[in-house]
Amino acid sequence: MTEHDRAARHDPIYDRLHATPEFAELRRRYRSFVFPATAAFLVWYLLYVILSNWAGGFMSIRVVGHINVALIFGILQFVTTFGLAYYYARFSAAKLDPLARQLDADYRKGGDA
Amino acid sequence: MDTQLLTTFLFLSVVALTVGITFWASRQTKTAADFYSGGRSFSGFQNGLAIGGDYMSAASFLGISGAIAVYGYDGFLYSIGFLVAWLVALLLVAEMLRNAGRYTMADQLAFRMRQRPVRTAASISTVVVSIFYLLAQMVGAGSLVALLLGVDSQAIKNITIIGVGALMIFYVVVGGMKGTTYVQIVKAVLLMIGSALIVLLVLAKFNFNLSSLLGAAAENSGKGEAFLQPGLQYGATLTSQIDFLSLGLALVLGTAGLPHILIRFYTVPTAQDARKSVLWAIGLIGAFYLMTLVLGFGAAALLDRDAVDPVEGGNQNLASPLLAEAVGGGTGSTGGAILLALIAAVAFATILAVVAGLTLASSSSVAHDLYKGVIKKDQPVTEKDEVRVARIAAFGIGAVAIALSIPAQRLNIAFLVALAFAVAASANLPAIIFNMFWKRFNTRGATWSIYGGLTAAVGLVLFSPTVSSLPTSLFPNADWAIFPLNNPGIVSIPLGFLLGYLGTVTSREPDAEERYVELEVRALTGAGAEEAAQH
Repeated sequence: MTEHDRAARHDPIYDRLHATPEFAELRRRYRSFVFPATAAFLVWYLLYVILSNWAGGFMSIRVVGHINVALIFGILQFVTTFGLAYYYARFSAAKLDPLARQLDADYRKGGDA
Repeated sequence: MDTQLLTTFLFLSVVALTVGITFWASRQTKTAADFYSGGRSFSGFQNGLAIGGDYMSAASFLGISGAIAVYGYDGFLYSIGFLVAWLVALLLVAEMLRNAGRYTMADQLAFRMRQRPVRTAASISTVVVSIFYLLAQMVGAGSLVALLLGVDSQAIKNITIIGVGALMIFYVVVGGMKGTTYVQIVKAVLLMIGSALIVLLVLAKFNFNLSSLLGAAAENSGKGEAFLQPGLQYGATLTSQIDFLSLGLALVLGTAGLPHILIRFYTVPTAQDARKSVLWAIGLIGAFYLMTLVLGFGAAALLDRDAVDPVEGGNQNLASPLLAEAVGGGTGSTGGAILLALIAAVAFATILAVVAGLTLASSSSVAHDLYKGVIKKDQPVTEKDEVRVARIAAFGIGAVAIALSIPAQRLNIAFLVALAFAVAASANLPAIIFNMFWKRFNTRGATWSIYGGLTAAVGLVLFSPTVSSLPTSLFPNADWAIFPLNNPGIVSIPLGFLLGYLGTVTSREPDAEERYVELEVRALTGAGAEEAAQH
């Protein structure tokens, strides 16, 4: 592969792969994971920002000693970030990578033929 | 123990180490793929460390801990935005970019669009974002060195800026992506170890009881429990609250549009490795921001207010180094002097690694996008020629950054970084996301979103209180601040997406839609993606 000049290199194998049920399934699985997950963590994060801004009373409630709701809420953002990242890694290794590998192998075979 | 001597010695050790690494890496840099992407041969773990080294800037290390030391809880809000942002990169960007692109951010747009307009737009935006970010780091380096040497001399600051500029040009010109990556890995390790050491010493002072640390911070801050609650910095008025919301948006959406972060995804062999590197980066960066929480509250608890609070004549960027001195035994003690010098050297290494990444991202884009893709589009360009231009561009970018940093010293570092994030989120992210997920997206949509987002973000800042109307403004005696917020994101980010949409639906580009099939297959499966170099 040399330069990314469009007209020069449309390989019809991509159309064939795109039309396979495996690709449709891979695309469906990927999108149906990342779109809701993105919406969820953005809403969760914005909720945190909005509460910090406009719910000072709630955020200031002390839970244990000097540890208040705001601090726990902040730490929870870390926990959910780690958790979602871990969950996505497991999901993609189990559900996405096998399909992607199979399609890539088909591409390599098709490329040689 | 002479702190200044020790500090100077450790600074020079950092410089010597990174220069050595760069020379070593230069022997392995032969092809364009080596120069731009380190031969795509780094492991996910190595790249995760390097991403951490590229991302955890002086603004994080010195800025966030300082902001927590002064404003308490509100300083912590930055860390959360900076971390959550990595989910955008993980879920939507890293793997697909690795598969679809080659060396620069523009590659994945140029994959299916008209080369000249999209490469020009992406390159301009890459350089603008990187320069804002560079200014922040270099201005920070100048004040750090001057303050540590205990001399508030403009000459020392200028010399430091020129020195940092010369070093970053050297790393990139000589070491390329390999050298830059190893500098970032070394920095990430130093930063994590250095921070962990101080955190342990701080926690030990409070018997590892977080609550008593927080209590001491609240008490010593003079602000009581309010210090542990949101609102001290941003809660004053509705405008400042909306400003904070705007900042929060830019932080969470900016990371996945930062060119120097994006090009790191090209340095690994496969998309799976790109995913692994982001996972490592999230773990590392998350752990680091949790540590800044202890550093910041520790500084609030243990340091005198007049040392860190700018209202009382202190410097908030020095909270971490001064805290290191305090937990090492205090001013004048040997332990204090050693830890102060150590943390200062770590901060310096942090700055060097980040400026190297920024210089590499912008010079790569100038050579690969502007020179090869636009100026010499119809002529053959050899790899050697392209890399030569990239090296010349590194000199140019470095010179511009030095020239702008010297007058920019009046600007607030955190503001410059926030502006870089706002531009990245407004100009780059819409184009990247639409390109990957929307078949209909085309050249006009991409250029409108990039130019529109860029102009809106920068333009709104020009008309904000940051630039005029307030005593703290760049031009305190003028007043053209018709936009009330310091952070433009809440307007400019939706505008970037809207313009991308409008530009697309008002033009037809059947080629781009047809080629989306190929882009999508390649992005999701890796079929036909660039492979690692064989050495």
